[in-house]
Amino acid sequence: MEIKAPKPQIPPAVWTEFKDLQEWEKLHQERPEGDKHSALFESLTEGIFNFPGGFVVTTLADGFLNWARKSSVWPVTFGLACCAIEMMATFASRFDVERLGMVPWASPRHSDLMIVSGTVTIKMAPMLKRIYDQMPDPKWAVSMGSCANSGGPFRHGYHVVKGVDRVIPVDVYVPGCPPPPDALLYGLLKLQEQISHFRKTGQRAAPTEKTD
Amino acid sequence: MLTHTQARPLIQERLGIAASGEGPLLLVEAPPDQWLALGRLAKAELGCGYLSFVSAVDWKEQGLEVVARVENLEAGFALMMKCKLGAGETRCPSLVPVWRGADWMERECYDMFGVRFEGHPDLRRILLPHDWEGYPLLKSYAVDTPHPPYR
Repeated sequence: MEIKAPKPQIPPAVWTEFKDLQEWEKLHQERPEGDKHSALFESLTEGIFNFPGGFVVTTLADGFLNWARKSSVWPVTFGLACCAIEMMATFASRFDVERLGMVPWASPRHSDLMIVSGTVTIKMAPMLKRIYDQMPDPKWAVSMGSCANSGGPFRHGYHVVKGVDRVIPVDVYVPGCPPPPDALLYGLLKLQEQISHFRKTGQRAAPTEKTD
Repeated sequence: MLTHTQARPLIQERLGIAASGEGPLLLVEAPPDQWLALGRLAKAELGCGYLSFVSAVDWKEQGLEVVARVENLEAGFALMMKCKLGAGETRCPSLVPVWRGADWMERECYDMFGVRFEGHPDLRRILLPHDWEGYPLLKSYAVDTPHPPYR
């Protein structure tokens, strides 16, 4: 597969020269030499797996890595609407997600999970996408509440994204308006269950294309 | 101090508009060319220093109507000012020269109804993104209009 190298920018590109910040980010997301480290990792694991008896090693390693991943899911602190109040209650002492290894973290660059808690307006969708793009792989997303699931009561309004799965891929949907902390906690436990069956790092599914 | 009973004949005398409404709530309907004059009269002579809101109503084929409410907090009366723009007309004089607080409310009114306030210092969208097409609170706006893809 050939990947075109981006045009050299002379003088070096600064974000103010671009019409849109997204253009600048797109330029920096293109990797001209491909993803070397993932390819090396993949060929190495394929080699071990195809060696006689090697599947024991890879399966054990997968199990160990998944245990490590699911035991330290750090959600990025990202509240959008009234669901964020319930999310804060879940983070607080009574429901205490820290016993599940979750630390609400104020930087997307150190986080594994984004809890989309509340209404995503069309104006907010690009910012949400940008924060999600800033999170390192592997990453997960929980859609919390009716608004994030499908648009909820604002579905027939003019300004609301009809489900956050049109912007980012979502792993767990938590219903409710807003969902109580118990419901979110159940969703997070379901997410941990899902992570424990997670195979191979990196690649995520693209958001579903919907037209209406 | 000027009371609402004295305010009615004053408006009649200066602008030739009969104020309707009951008690301390005066209802004044002014044409667009008298809109700013009514604002100046309300601020300077009736003492209505507090601008409560500026909004608009879409009466479909009769056109848009701009509504503003101003209050005289000392005398305790309020003036509801209405201005029918006419069918297909979107231009309206701005109230910003009289009340500075009308700035953002007229921007919101422009954002939602597409009323062009003439004399407004900085008329652009306030709530919706700048590349939004259409004015969503108009009756003619189709709610399920597909919007362009997210960036």
